[in-house]
Amino acid sequence: MKDTMIDVQDVKFRYDPEQPGYAVDGVSMQVRRGEFVAVLGANGCGKSTLAKHFNAILLPEKGTVLVEDMDTRTEDHLYDIRQKVGMVFQNPDNQIVATIVEEDVAFALENLGVPAPEIRERIDESMKLAGIYEQKDKAPHKLSGGQKQRVAIAGVIAMRPDCLVLDEATAMLDPRGRRQVMKTIRQLREAGISIVAITHYMEEAAQADRVLVMSRGRIVMEGTPEQVFSQTERLHSYHLDVPQAAELRDELVKAGIPMPQNVITPEACAEALYALLAQ
Amino acid sequence: MLRDITIGQHFPGNSILHRCDPRLKLVGTIAYIVVLFVAANPVGIALSIALLALLYSVAKIPFKMILKSLKPIVPVIIFTAVLNLFFLTGETPLFQWWIFTIYPEGVRYAILMAVRVMALIAGTSLLTYTTSPIVLTDAIENLLRPLGKLHFPVHELAMMMTIALRFIPTLIDETEKIMNAQKARGAMLDTGSFVQRVKALVPILIPLFLSAFRRADELAMAMECRCYHGGEGRTRLKVLKFGREDVLCAAALTVLLGIIVCTRFLFA
Ligand SMILES: Nc1ncnc2c1ncn2[C@@H]1O[C@H](COP(=O)(O)OP(=O)(O)OP(=O)(O)O)[C@@H](O)[C@H]1O
Ligand SMILES: [Mg+2]
Repeated sequence: MKDTMIDVQDVKFRYDPEQPGYAVDGVSMQVRRGEFVAVLGANGCGKSTLAKHFNAILLPEKGTVLVEDMDTRTEDHLYDIRQKVGMVFQNPDNQIVATIVEEDVAFALENLGVPAPEIRERIDESMKLAGIYEQKDKAPHKLSGGQKQRVAIAGVIAMRPDCLVLDEATAMLDPRGRRQVMKTIRQLREAGISIVAITHYMEEAAQADRVLVMSRGRIVMEGTPEQVFSQTERLHSYHLDVPQAAELRDELVKAGIPMPQNVITPEACAEALYALLAQ
Repeated sequence: MLRDITIGQHFPGNSILHRCDPRLKLVGTIAYIVVLFVAANPVGIALSIALLALLYSVAKIPFKMILKSLKPIVPVIIFTAVLNLFFLTGETPLFQWWIFTIYPEGVRYAILMAVRVMALIAGTSLLTYTTSPIVLTDAIENLLRPLGKLHFPVHELAMMMTIALRFIPTLIDETEKIMNAQKARGAMLDTGSFVQRVKALVPILIPLFLSAFRRADELAMAMECRCYHGGEGRTRLKVLKFGREDVLCAAALTVLLGIIVCTRFLFA
């Protein structure tokens, strides 16, 4: 099997061809199989626009997007691509179609023409994976935000995608709902699904394998969370923050206390502090 | 709370009427309405009402629910009854006063008509009490499927009904939020003249509409992401099955309705 899931080559896109400015202005990037990529960037920098290229909701004006070697511009592969790359959006209320949880989770499979017994099997599996199996007979509007978002995730992973794109999927949730969704994401990673998470929460990005930073339609930084979050000044210039642990690290360094550069999670921070205290 | 209002007023239960195939219930209800009009004689109507009472007790729906369903149409019933009473003419007047003349035919017809309309409403209410709206949508889609051959958008219609049902609670919630937000800004929603109150609704309806359009846009995209491409080649999780129990119910209903229709010939 090929290692690259999604291959974006020099993509340019603008919503209005009359305007000179591009919403996505020459982006090249790859998502590898099983990888967790976090995409950061200020409001309006083109993250959502880029994400919509991954499953052919938008087609590039220049450049190409390949999903497992299928060009998103070829009509014949449209549903193969959408089945391989699932997408979850910010507002769970606006993604749920049916009036019963399990019917909604089955929606994608019904569209794909999967026979009824197989639908049953696959939705049970994905509802268990997303942790909402107990809610399967409920009406979506009776669920909490975190549960609703997991219903939306279950509805997408029922297609058995190889990659899940989350466009600020935790933005409208309270801390508890966010934790539930992050736990589900970790479980999906263990199941071997690639994750692309667009987020404004640096703590979430710190858990990724790789972080991309966008500004004005371009990718301006790329690397492991340690590499990216050690450059506090540069992130500030793109109107972004660093995780709290990294902020503490910077303050300590400023105060003359030596801290390693790669401290970005509370755990790593605690360890570094223990080591200092032990000295 | 506003959100507790649901349309259709499903009354969950586990009687044979609840379990029955929704297509049969739908067709049965239509047949019942037709019979009410075909067997328009006192015995026929009496038997129709007896049948309805039997079905309500089998479904274990309290009789006060019937009254509840009839309440909104009481004015209509009274209005038609009065019209029938005064405008139907016969041979020998029963009663005469000033310009009003009432004939026995008028009395008879007014009562018959009122009872018939009440039976009609109670009958259709029984359908919605025993069938959840979503199942009813499935049944409608299934029954209308032959019309699809004539390019009637059956699937689209059913999809619209499903989405409407799904979004009613969401939009009711939203209306409440907007109303509170406008009240916090000093909007007077419950006071003032009728015109003032209608005017006060504008700042509620505009945000509601805008948000509904935004929701529709996002929903359409989420549906596309899940490979939605119309009704063609679509399968269903729950397939309606016409079982043995349904065959028995259908046979019983046909016989009973048949008997009621036959009363027509007694009065020919
Ligand atoms: N449907 C649209 N029509 C026209 N312009 C759009 C549309 N959607 C986005 N844009 C514009 O494209 C640019 C990029 O928007 P995009 O939604 O991709 O940003 P984003 O990084 O996702 O921002 P956010 O963090 O707010 O979600 C913005 O300048 C925005 O105004
Ligand atoms: Mg966005």
